[in-house]
Amino acid sequence: MKQQIYLDNAATTQVLPEVVDEVVRCLNEDFGNPSSLHRLGLQSERKMKQARNMVAQLIQVPPEDIIFTSGGTESNNLAILGTARARKRYGNHCITTEIEHPSVLNTFQYLEQEGWNVTYLPVDSRGIVSIEDLKNAMRKDTVLVSIAHVNNEIGSVQPIKEIGLYLKGNYPDTIFHTDAVQSFGRLPIRPLEWGIDLLSISGHKIHAPKGVGALYIKKGTLITSLQWGGGQELGIRNGTENIPGIVGFGRAAQWIKEKISEDEKYISRMKVALANEIAREIPQVVFNGPKPSDGAPHILNLSIPGVRGETLLHVLESYGVYVSTGSACSSRSIRTSHVLKAIGASQQVAEGSIRISLSYLNNYDELSKVPQILKKSVDQIKRFTRR
Amino acid sequence: MKRNIYLDHAATTYMKKEVLEAMMPYLTQNYGNPSSVHSFGREARKAIDKAREQTAKALKARFDEIFFTGGGTESDNWAIKGVALANQNKGKHIITSAIEHHAVLYTCEFLEKNGFEVTYLPVDSYGMVDPQDVEKAIRPDTILVSIMFANNEIGTIQPIKEIGAITKEKGVYFHTDAVQAVGHVDIDVNDMNIDLLSLSAHKFYGPKGVGALYVRKGTKITPLLHGGAQERNRRAGTENIPGIIGLGKAIELAYENMEENNKHLIRLRDKLINGIMDRIDDVRLNGHPTLRLPGNVNMSFEYIEGESLLLSLDLKGIAASSGSACTSGSLDPSHVLLAIGLSHEIAHGSLRMTLGDENTDEEIDYVLEVLPQIVQRLREMSPLFIQEKGGCQYV
Repeated sequence: MKQQIYLDNAATTQVLPEVVDEVVRCLNEDFGNPSSLHRLGLQSERKMKQARNMVAQLIQVPPEDIIFTSGGTESNNLAILGTARARKRYGNHCITTEIEHPSVLNTFQYLEQEGWNVTYLPVDSRGIVSIEDLKNAMRKDTVLVSIAHVNNEIGSVQPIKEIGLYLKGNYPDTIFHTDAVQSFGRLPIRPLEWGIDLLSISGHKIHAPKGVGALYIKKGTLITSLQWGGGQELGIRNGTENIPGIVGFGRAAQWIKEKISEDEKYISRMKVALANEIAREIPQVVFNGPKPSDGAPHILNLSIPGVRGETLLHVLESYGVYVSTGSACSSRSIRTSHVLKAIGASQQVAEGSIRISLSYLNNYDELSKVPQILKKSVDQIKRFTRR
Repeated sequence: MKRNIYLDHAATTYMKKEVLEAMMPYLTQNYGNPSSVHSFGREARKAIDKAREQTAKALKARFDEIFFTGGGTESDNWAIKGVALANQNKGKHIITSAIEHHAVLYTCEFLEKNGFEVTYLPVDSYGMVDPQDVEKAIRPDTILVSIMFANNEIGTIQPIKEIGAITKEKGVYFHTDAVQAVGHVDIDVNDMNIDLLSLSAHKFYGPKGVGALYVRKGTKITPLLHGGAQERNRRAGTENIPGIIGLGKAIELAYENMEENNKHLIRLRDKLINGIMDRIDDVRLNGHPTLRLPGNVNMSFEYIEGESLLLSLDLKGIAASSGSACTSGSLDPSHVLLAIGLSHEIAHGSLRMTLGDENTDEEIDYVLEVLPQIVQRLREMSPLFIQEKGGCQYV
């Protein structure tokens, strides 16, 4: 069989076999509608409760503060639009950063069309926001600050705890939202200790199926629903619950928790080793964003001067290595990544960038082959693109 | 013997074997993100396109008019809010009916709070909207008419084609919540002049967590979810691939076998209705006697609480519902039953049994055997019944 080394785990992950089992059981047997009063309905409700507990445990919050959604995008939309709608009378200003995921950026752009003022904070060359900039941008009428924990393209980690504590200490009425889709299950997150009011997470980034996510909503935080209907999820997220997805999400969260307790640094150690090997094999490599030894445990963004990322992606694929150029969501558009632009990468570097992203399912053995395959691919491309 | 008779298919259905089989590869080895350009992603993309074709074919729509969502509620919310926000410069008036699902009604109420005006059309005692009422309610500033295809509680099928002809002539967008109708009723969005149509997979033997909105090409609509460029910039968020594949397969199966399935359902439905009428006094059928969903039985039993009935049935291994699943947690009587003119007491005594393809004659016989006993027992404990019918030895 042809080897397959899947290194695109920031785009999506393989669903774990034990998660598939749970999901299939749910699809086959426990198909009740949790709102139904009969036994099948109650059984579904029980399963959902277990899943809620497991997801909540991973970030140590009360389970009743977890609202299940259809995914990270919906969670981000719900957090931002829901806060804006619920707190309209307190102000008209929001703060975010230039390097957010499109589901945050485009939602803020939509709010701007409705007359909101939005400040987009810049980031430094590592892709990190400065607290000073945030302090200067804060206004009396700032109702919401939304900053992602880990950037999906370059893996920069924001000082979320510092930001949260600063906001709680100085602007207790301002809501703090963080898009934790990339960090959930990969870095410790403590919303209660860090002053986070809203936190978005997604199932398919942690080996659960696609189509399920959640929003953590700190008790007492006002939020207006995005979709109205049957009153599910405390009336905040209406619509029949995606039970198999939710149950799969819970099972995946449980698995991740076990993995973390076995070896918390497994992924980051693999990443650093891989980066070192690549640098040895291809000395001209440029790592974009944070240094490989810093940053999120699973994301490595690199450019090789003179090689276009997309070409490299396809050659790597022919060797069974799957990576991405920028984020999956924007990889079909031709635009240069807004994240790479924000960290000051040149056009050439940006066009040459690929993203390698790991998971607990990767191993040292397969990763040890990657630097040579990368070198071989680069050489192959350079033969054709001599100038 | 422990019975397990599921008569709550309008709340949700089990999943068909073929649907699960179609989904499995996309839950396991083909786990790519369809937005990725590598082959994992391309495989997923192809699979979505196939499901889109299957869905378009079922509705006689175009491939590029189908948008996948997180379910029926999202589709309804998107259709109504999306059209309202995108067309508010033309007018701020919306027409709907009094018996819509809460996904429609509460969305309309939200819009009312935000400066829109909504007309809620009444229905007759069968739960039918009069197309002439629609015509009369349309004003120069009307931008949208939203009337459900078939009601989730009482099963009445609306005169969608007649309404579509009117909205088309008046140049008003027409949305229909077809969550209960899809798979049971022939739908032709062009012939019926439907501009937007909501559907949900778990109502026709597909998985939960996925639905679709049909949007006629050229319709002005604002997205509900903002973000990545998925669903041609209309619905952001990584696609629920296994769910979408399941939806495609389920809708294909539903329409392939519709005639046969409906025949079976209608026969069982009428057997159940007639059997109850024959065996139990002071009972009424809610909804239209013939223009109703093939699997829908909704009856009110005077002098008793639907909820007690439900729990007694559950103990006998029969899963049914009082009104719709979504409102089963609330104590208010169903807005649908009140709209067709039922009193509060009678509305409280109603029971919905919705049949599915795998229900059998034998199961219906069993229901007809135990239901009269349960009703009698509950009535004997009911103060209302005692008052009306005179003394009772059990008091």
